[in-house]
Amino acid sequence: MIRKPLATVLALGLLVPLAACGDDDDDNGGDGGGGTSELMVLGAASLTDVFEELGATFEPDYDAKVTFSFGSSTDLAGQVADGAPGDVLATADQTSMTVAEDAGVTGDVETFATNVLVIVTPPDNPAGIQTLDDLGDATWIRCADEVPCGRAALGVLEDNGVTAEPASLEEDVRATLDKVISGEADAGLVYATDAVAADDSVNTIEIPGAESQLTSYFVTTLEQSEDSDLAQEWVDLVLSDEGQQVLEDAGFGAP
Amino acid sequence: MTRDPLGRAPLLILVPAALAVVVLLLPLVVMVGSTDLPGLLDQLRTETARQALWLSVSTSTVAMLIALVLGLPLAWVLARLRFRGRSLLRALIVVPMVLPPVVAGIALRTAFGRSGTIGEPLLDATGFAFPYTTWGVVLAHVFVAMPFVVISIEGALRAAGSEYDAAAATLGASRWTTFRRVTVPLALPGIVAGMVLGWARSLGEFGATITFNGNYPGTTQTMPTLIYVTRQADTDAALALSLVMLVVSVSVLFALRERWLGVGTT
Amino acid sequence: MSGLEVDVTVPGRVTVALTAEPGEVLAVIGPNGAGKTSLLGAVAGLVAAEGTVRLNGRELGPLPVRERGVGVVFQDKLLFPHLSALENVAFGLRSSGVPRPEARATALQWLDRLGIGELAGRRPKELSGGQAQRVAIARALAQHPDVLLLDEPFAGLDVGVAAGLRIELTRHLASYDGITLLVTHDAIDALTLADRVLVIDDGVVAQVGTPGDVAARPRTEHVARLVGLNVIRQGDVFRCFAPGAVTVSLARPEGSARNLWRGTVLSAAPHGDAIRLLVAAGPELIADVTPVATRELGLEPGREVWLSVKETAVDTYSLTPEEPDKVRP
Repeated sequence: MIRKPLATVLALGLLVPLAACGDDDDDNGGDGGGGTSELMVLGAASLTDVFEELGATFEPDYDAKVTFSFGSSTDLAGQVADGAPGDVLATADQTSMTVAEDAGVTGDVETFATNVLVIVTPPDNPAGIQTLDDLGDATWIRCADEVPCGRAALGVLEDNGVTAEPASLEEDVRATLDKVISGEADAGLVYATDAVAADDSVNTIEIPGAESQLTSYFVTTLEQSEDSDLAQEWVDLVLSDEGQQVLEDAGFGAP
Repeated sequence: MTRDPLGRAPLLILVPAALAVVVLLLPLVVMVGSTDLPGLLDQLRTETARQALWLSVSTSTVAMLIALVLGLPLAWVLARLRFRGRSLLRALIVVPMVLPPVVAGIALRTAFGRSGTIGEPLLDATGFAFPYTTWGVVLAHVFVAMPFVVISIEGALRAAGSEYDAAAATLGASRWTTFRRVTVPLALPGIVAGMVLGWARSLGEFGATITFNGNYPGTTQTMPTLIYVTRQADTDAALALSLVMLVVSVSVLFALRERWLGVGTT
Repeated sequence: MSGLEVDVTVPGRVTVALTAEPGEVLAVIGPNGAGKTSLLGAVAGLVAAEGTVRLNGRELGPLPVRERGVGVVFQDKLLFPHLSALENVAFGLRSSGVPRPEARATALQWLDRLGIGELAGRRPKELSGGQAQRVAIARALAQHPDVLLLDEPFAGLDVGVAAGLRIELTRHLASYDGITLLVTHDAIDALTLADRVLVIDDGVVAQVGTPGDVAARPRTEHVARLVGLNVIRQGDVFRCFAPGAVTVSLARPEGSARNLWRGTVLSAAPHGDAIRLLVAAGPELIADVTPVATRELGLEPGREVWLSVKETAVDTYSLTPEEPDKVRP
């Protein structure tokens, strides 16, 4: 009989932390004295460096705190289609953006950059790659067909009549780059922007005619944004001369 | 329903247990419910799916056997021998179990990759490297599954106790004979349990494999990897594939249900 | 030199020196915790010990357990659960390289000798206590050890089963030409099976002698109790008298104060035709009284009584020359 109160206390004790988790939604810029606004930007993985750089100028200019979520375009589009929180969506392909559009969560969709594929090798280029045709004799990798970078790669290889098979189809372009940098692969097909970001850790070889397989990048504000004005500011920044310059420096092509 | 002579089970135990069942089974049940059977069968017919399934099952089985051949002796050493640093060794052995799989993959790469400490000399000398090969998949699976095997078996060996070893010694048996004829047979349920655990862990292994071995159909594309890349393009197909994997796993585990509960259930 | 010579100390447990001849059965008795099992462990090599264990001139100390030629019947029997009775008995033979058919044939002979040949195919869990003990004995003897160690072989058996087994064991030990050390806390085992008895108490040897000697002139409380005698020790001198020789009275009797004690009755229980009283009178003493006297004097627990015994009924003896340094002062 003495044990019953103990059980009740324990049960209540477990509920308290659960109850305390309920109150996240009321802190967006309402605590007196002009708190900073918050912006959540969801972007394709290849936009990581560029967006973070833009974020560094955005934050002081608009007195905002920008949080990024980088990942595969498919994942991000799927998330926002389901109604996940976010203010801006930027994808590396049309397909993902369409998913979001179909779900009715997008605003005006704009294309803001393009990307081309290049070949990267470790700095000392151990396999002596110079053109796509040299890939056949080396251990080379590219993105899987299911991701935008992989589809672009397929197109480039087909255009150039290259039939060699890669040793691996990586799940995203960063994984591809990573394997080349660490020397696990003699060569890889990645975006020009990734090559620029990797700087001296890779040797970059341009692919003639790769422009025929452009990857386009799309950006939009999201319906579920809690501060659509601020979201629009971000999109504007990306499309502005300043934003476009940053994109160009990073290796992106014009939209 | 026959009455339990010890009385009815307390609600305070049944309620959390029911909650646990819900947490564990609800996602699976919903997943099964969301898939359509024709889609499932379509997936089974594709070459990629069957290749990936075969690769998963075969590499897991081979990895489990390697983990047994190497892990059983190690478990015996940890359970039966006393030496300085034993606790430290045991703690280190468990590390692959708690490492995030991708970290495990990176660790494997640093050691056995094409430009790894052991991998590079190996490549230069023999022309063989583990990454991008099926043997590399086996290696990754062994790395993540062996700790499970070792710890399970060590537990079984300790529980079986060393008194029988002593009895065997008084009967003139060498330590090897004792191991063969007494220790292993007595610990067999625990050993089998460890093997099944290792196999199950291998089957689900993804992070280390894709980081260390990459992904290529027929060679290194295991079922989890196939599901991951398929999901980027076609969620329904990924769902169907997931279901295929679920059915295979559940069938095997269910078939072995008496064997993998381990010690104490002879 | 043949035979067993032991002079060991198991740190924190027991210190013993003993000798035994081939064919001899030496019973090791004493209260629980005295160190008897540790002694067996030291001889078998299962327990770390300092000192020497010499068997037929060979020093066993540096040898691992399996090379010592010592057969053990454990207190828990430790029959291999996954092997049949036959395979258990054959185990020692096969471990020394005897081919399987031969080993099994010999094992079957042993099981027959112990009267359980038809149980050869059974697993240990399908055997009764007595049957399992027979298998354990067969298993230990089948490999012809030089020394046979038995740790409480009749513990946990029905009185009837134990009695039967005891008789059989006597027979087997008679035809066994090695040395037997039998640990027991039961006086009957020691008295019926042993050629000599070693009494261990509190980690040291308290007495050594033939069963008759030890029973008649116990030097420890434990043995005295086992055989139902009173023993009082003063220095190196022991004074022993039977319970039947004790007079119980309510008032202080006349007579020599030397054999007079005053105490409280702790318990009263039937013992044959008499009632045996346990009295706390400084030392604990047992006294037999008639049922009539018990009633008349109201001898129940808590009663204050006087105990006295005639000097002529007291057997006085002291330590023998071999014993001095091994016995607790």
